[in-house]
Amino acid sequence: MDLVLGLITGVFFGFLLQKGRVLRFEKQIGFLRLIDMTIIKFMLSAILVGMVGIYLFLDLGMIQLNVKSTVLGAQIIGGLMFGVGWAIFGYCPGTAVGALGEGRIHALWGIFGMLVGAALYAEAYPELSETLLKWGVVGKVTLPELLQVNHWVVIGGFFFVVMAFFVWCEKNRL
Amino acid sequence: MSSNGGWNPYLAGALVGILAVMSVVVTTQILGKGSYLGASTTFVRGAGLIEKQIMPENVTQNDYFVRTKIKVDWQMMFVIGIFCGALLASLSDGSFRKEKIPPMWRERFPYGVWCRAVAAFGGGVIAIFGARLAGGCPSGHGLSGVMQLSLSGLVAMAGFMVGGIVIARAIYGGREYPWT
Repeated sequence: MDLVLGLITGVFFGFLLQKGRVLRFEKQIGFLRLIDMTIIKFMLSAILVGMVGIYLFLDLGMIQLNVKSTVLGAQIIGGLMFGVGWAIFGYCPGTAVGALGEGRIHALWGIFGMLVGAALYAEAYPELSETLLKWGVVGKVTLPELLQVNHWVVIGGFFFVVMAFFVWCEKNRL
Repeated sequence: MSSNGGWNPYLAGALVGILAVMSVVVTTQILGKGSYLGASTTFVRGAGLIEKQIMPENVTQNDYFVRTKIKVDWQMMFVIGIFCGALLASLSDGSFRKEKIPPMWRERFPYGVWCRAVAAFGGGVIAIFGARLAGGCPSGHGLSGVMQLSLSGLVAMAGFMVGGIVIARAIYGGREYPWT
């Protein structure tokens, strides 16, 4: 059952990524060059709607959060490294597979690269788990917990900032 | 409708937000544990499944492969679904196009397919290594993490963007920074 649900969710996700035109190499790199904000508009819209929904259902007791542990060394170094690879390849893992689906066969090279990179990471893991993965461990924490305020206050603030950003994007035709 | 025939990115994004929430609610109800969207772990499982065919003991003895549990799971089917969904969507509106080199890349590096292949392969290696180190990619950390307001998601996403913007602008140039 979980396999069927995964497939269905993925089909919808891939459909929307393609219709939003965010699978294009030009859109991905266009954002990183700061000349086309399409993918970030798409992403922040998804985050905003998702955030309201997730916290609503959480308050209703229907779901639980699944927060990844914060390890500053790992997320900062790993995050920057991912960014470098993203700028060179032009896709992130999910969009690479989607881009292949809309005929961009050049995404295949990077998909092979990601399979090899994952195997390399597995080899490096014993070493990394003793070093980088222990630098700056904060644990599974959310922003409202850290700031010790109600989550709706943070969501309200986030909403305001994102809306201001959207207005700015449209004004500057980005 | 925008000029390229696609949907408004705000609308398509908002629908992804609804999909992400629905996924967590439905999987919590049916499977007992919510499935948040993510993609990069699938490449670890994919690599593990392939390596198992060649050097099985390498997979059974590696801490990371053992921790990750090498099998076909929800997320792997989700990633396969992304391919199918994008294929369906692009065939439905005629935007499917076989492309061997991205136009923006070709303009900057007019050296043919192999140049693109080597760079994309190398970029993919670096990207997934970074994503696994950070514990997620723009789906797992960016969408699912930030959606839950998790600190790890926010820090990782900031790293993705800083690293990506610096390198992309170094490679292709950009216009003036918008705030200058």
